[in-house]
Amino acid sequence: MPYLVHSPQERAEMLAAIGVDSMEGLLVDIPASLRIPSLELPDGLSEFETMARVTSLAARNRVFPDRLTFRGGGVYRRFIPAAVAAVTSKPEFYTAYTPYQPEASQGTLQAIYEFQTLIAELTALDVANASLYDGATAVAEAAMMASVQTGRKEVLVAGYVHPEYVEVLRAFSDGRGIKVRKGSEPNAKTAAIIFQQPDFLGLLVDAADLTRLAHDVGALAIACVDPISLAVLAPPGEYGADIAVGEGQQLGMSPSYGGPHLGFIACRKELVRRLPGRLIGTSHDANGRRGFVLTLTAREQHIRREKATSNICTNHSLCALAASVYMTYMGEEGMRRVADVSFKRAHALAERLAALPGWELAFPERPFLNEFPIRVPKPSVVSRKLARHGILGGLDVSRWFRELKGVLTFTCTEVNDPRAIDELVAAVSS
Amino acid sequence: MTEPLSFEKSRPNAHAPRLPDADVAAEELDRVLPREVLRSRPPTLPRLSEPEVMRHYSKLASMNYSISEQFYPLGSCTMKYNPVANEAAAALPGFTAIHPYQDEETVQGALELMWRLEHALCAVVGVDRVTLQPAAGAHGEWTALRMIQAFHRSHGEARTEVLVPDSAHGTNPASAALSGFQVVEVASAPDGRISLADLEAKLSPRVAALMLTNPNTLGLFERDILDIAELVHNTGAKLYYDGANLNAFMGVCRPGDMGFDAVHMNLHKTFTTPHGGGGPGAGPVGVKAELVPFLPKPTVERLNGQLKLDFKRPQSIGRVRSFYGNFGMLVRAYTYILAMGGDGLTQASMDAVLSANYLRKRVEGLLDVPHEGPCMHEFVASARNLAPNGIKALDVAKGLLERDFYAPTIYFPLVVPEAIMVEPTETESKATLDAFAAAIKEIVQEAKEQPEKLHNEPHSLPVGRLDEVATARRINAYLQGQSEDPILRWKPAPNEAC
Ligand SMILES: Cc1ncc(COP(=O)(O)O)c(C=O)c1O
Repeated sequence: MPYLVHSPQERAEMLAAIGVDSMEGLLVDIPASLRIPSLELPDGLSEFETMARVTSLAARNRVFPDRLTFRGGGVYRRFIPAAVAAVTSKPEFYTAYTPYQPEASQGTLQAIYEFQTLIAELTALDVANASLYDGATAVAEAAMMASVQTGRKEVLVAGYVHPEYVEVLRAFSDGRGIKVRKGSEPNAKTAAIIFQQPDFLGLLVDAADLTRLAHDVGALAIACVDPISLAVLAPPGEYGADIAVGEGQQLGMSPSYGGPHLGFIACRKELVRRLPGRLIGTSHDANGRRGFVLTLTAREQHIRREKATSNICTNHSLCALAASVYMTYMGEEGMRRVADVSFKRAHALAERLAALPGWELAFPERPFLNEFPIRVPKPSVVSRKLARHGILGGLDVSRWFRELKGVLTFTCTEVNDPRAIDELVAAVSS
Repeated sequence: MTEPLSFEKSRPNAHAPRLPDADVAAEELDRVLPREVLRSRPPTLPRLSEPEVMRHYSKLASMNYSISEQFYPLGSCTMKYNPVANEAAAALPGFTAIHPYQDEETVQGALELMWRLEHALCAVVGVDRVTLQPAAGAHGEWTALRMIQAFHRSHGEARTEVLVPDSAHGTNPASAALSGFQVVEVASAPDGRISLADLEAKLSPRVAALMLTNPNTLGLFERDILDIAELVHNTGAKLYYDGANLNAFMGVCRPGDMGFDAVHMNLHKTFTTPHGGGGPGAGPVGVKAELVPFLPKPTVERLNGQLKLDFKRPQSIGRVRSFYGNFGMLVRAYTYILAMGGDGLTQASMDAVLSANYLRKRVEGLLDVPHEGPCMHEFVASARNLAPNGIKALDVAKGLLERDFYAPTIYFPLVVPEAIMVEPTETESKATLDAFAAAIKEIVQEAKEQPEKLHNEPHSLPVGRLDEVATARRINAYLQGQSEDPILRWKPAPNEAC
């Protein structure tokens, strides 16, 4: 049997050492009425057969090439340096546990400490944690922080925040008796205004104004941000937001049908004690050597139990590592370049699509970065036509927003080369 | 040897990576976008060439213990071998390159895998349906409690309390609180199992659920589980299973048959998806028929041979995360289940129990083992017999690190003083278990003869024992404005640009 190590002879020796005749002697506490004869599952397979099965499932998925993928909506194709997988596939990283014993886990601890610094720098906030599950749960965790901090029981969702993030926010809020309201008129009951920059459609919002609105009523401003955009856009710390959260998939992770990806959260110093999840800090040993440890654990479930800031335990450490490698490889210049190329290509594409008969930008007066909404005649026909040409076209957002009937959002990144844009336009026009 | 931070190694004129030009006619960004939306000060990111980046991370990798190199007997964490075939499967482009918003007809393979995994998990734990959405165990606990809450509400009941044994993992009470419940603790009996008397005393019509793991965190099977289930169900409450300990009895018995109504599983424990140094994992939740209407949406359904995502679930608790779960982890777990099969999973649990009992026997005379056996897949020892020598569980842990073993879980469960919780798993050989027992023996001897030597271990690792108290103190100073050093991040010196 694969992966098992004891030989029948060793099993017998071990049973003898324990002093029982058979395994039954060790299972005495299980009531007889609960015993099952066997699992209702087929017997195991050889590695060769296993891989053949799994590969045939993979083959039943249609893979659109990177360069012909123009669909985003929270998950994007980007260039992923080979360095990322080369690091995350090192077994010393991927087969380690949460670094409970710091002396034997300095690799993970230092990498995540660097991650915390990278996110804090990118968001221009004081402190970031070691990671959360995804962008959606990061939004929800931030809302919980704001509610506890302000003692208020309502959060406001302003504008087009990712609809799935809002659904998750509702699920979190409902348990805790927190109300989720849409709009941007806060009042004295409002714990936070949550907005997304750029928003779910790709458009830029007035983050500074929303932040001011929140602060005017004593609420917090929670900015859900795109990490690549922060190479060029004002970061939450610059416009005074209190908490920044986001989805880090674009920092070196493949789409992978939606996960695993990376939630991140950063905040102002005043909120650090309310942060969910792991935090790593510097320390030193008796010889004065610097090292890294899990710290401020009095916020966490294993110490505080029901009074913890969150229930999170296992988080998305390896994804945080991927993001660290990505950002370290790219550097500030590389990330700015990626954002810039994506911006230009998206604008070139928008201009060409908007020139097609019957196509028009849904919000022509609103600036965008590299994703934009466009109203098209017969969206399902467009999508099918593109698919026939091997292109994954825009995302139909009317599925979530009725007022956006006929609107598709298209995204462009550095992987959509100019010829791919030509192909897209030609396919639509065909 | 320690390694400087990437920020400290940064060189201002290192090569930036080569990236394509835009190659399209478009205006410059700062001419299109208003100035106030643009960043005024660039972030300080490290600047290193690719060879330097790679060496940096290779150095860091060499500073980790991992299951690939060391025995990792972390109790409650099920650190078993992570099959490399799982990694190969998850890396197939047919899985990594699919977008979550592709049309369902184009991702039939992914949906099929999820459907088959769901049904395999149903078979292992004995439930009717499983949601694959939760990202980890704690997330699964909370998801299940939300479903139980929705169930009670649908019956017009606002039950406000959740019972949690004092031996429970910290995520249990934290998840209950996050769902808005009041946590009521249930005491353990002297034999380490839940006290039926205390349970009866705490049960009331206010109670929504009892959260239980079985075997419990002491590695002991809750013999009275059928009575417990009856007591709980008689008051109209639900029984929740923390599946962190599922590795104890696959193919032997099933939580669903014990009376559990909701069950979470940690695919990153029982089903060999790697821990990644702290995730990502996956925490699917299985439920009995009564709770099925409340499952998170979407579910995966088979209709006329086609697989569909079903969003039309009016009683659903909604979404618990974006998209459909940690899909890459689901691929790994499914691959593992195919390779092991029902026969292999059963033997895995048998071997896990055998190994734990064998190691328990080997350790018995050396450390205190407070509860009577046999144990299931793990056992809890205590270092309190070394207290007269001034030695604590922490010292034993550090002594093990010095001897090239990772340490067991210490100071958990809270009901055992100086707890040392050992879970060997089925993928460690008898020779490894013997070597571990020999190391414990050596440490105990050292504790008695040269306790000060043990106090100073480890010394052959990149760093010695770290002063965590000083770290917390310095963070306090920063948070109170008495220091500029945040401790929780590196900070560029004023005016320094990378
Ligand atoms: C008994 C028990 N319950 C719950 C959990 C939480 O699981 P996770 O870390 O995947 O959130 C763990 C593991 O950490 C555990 O050991």
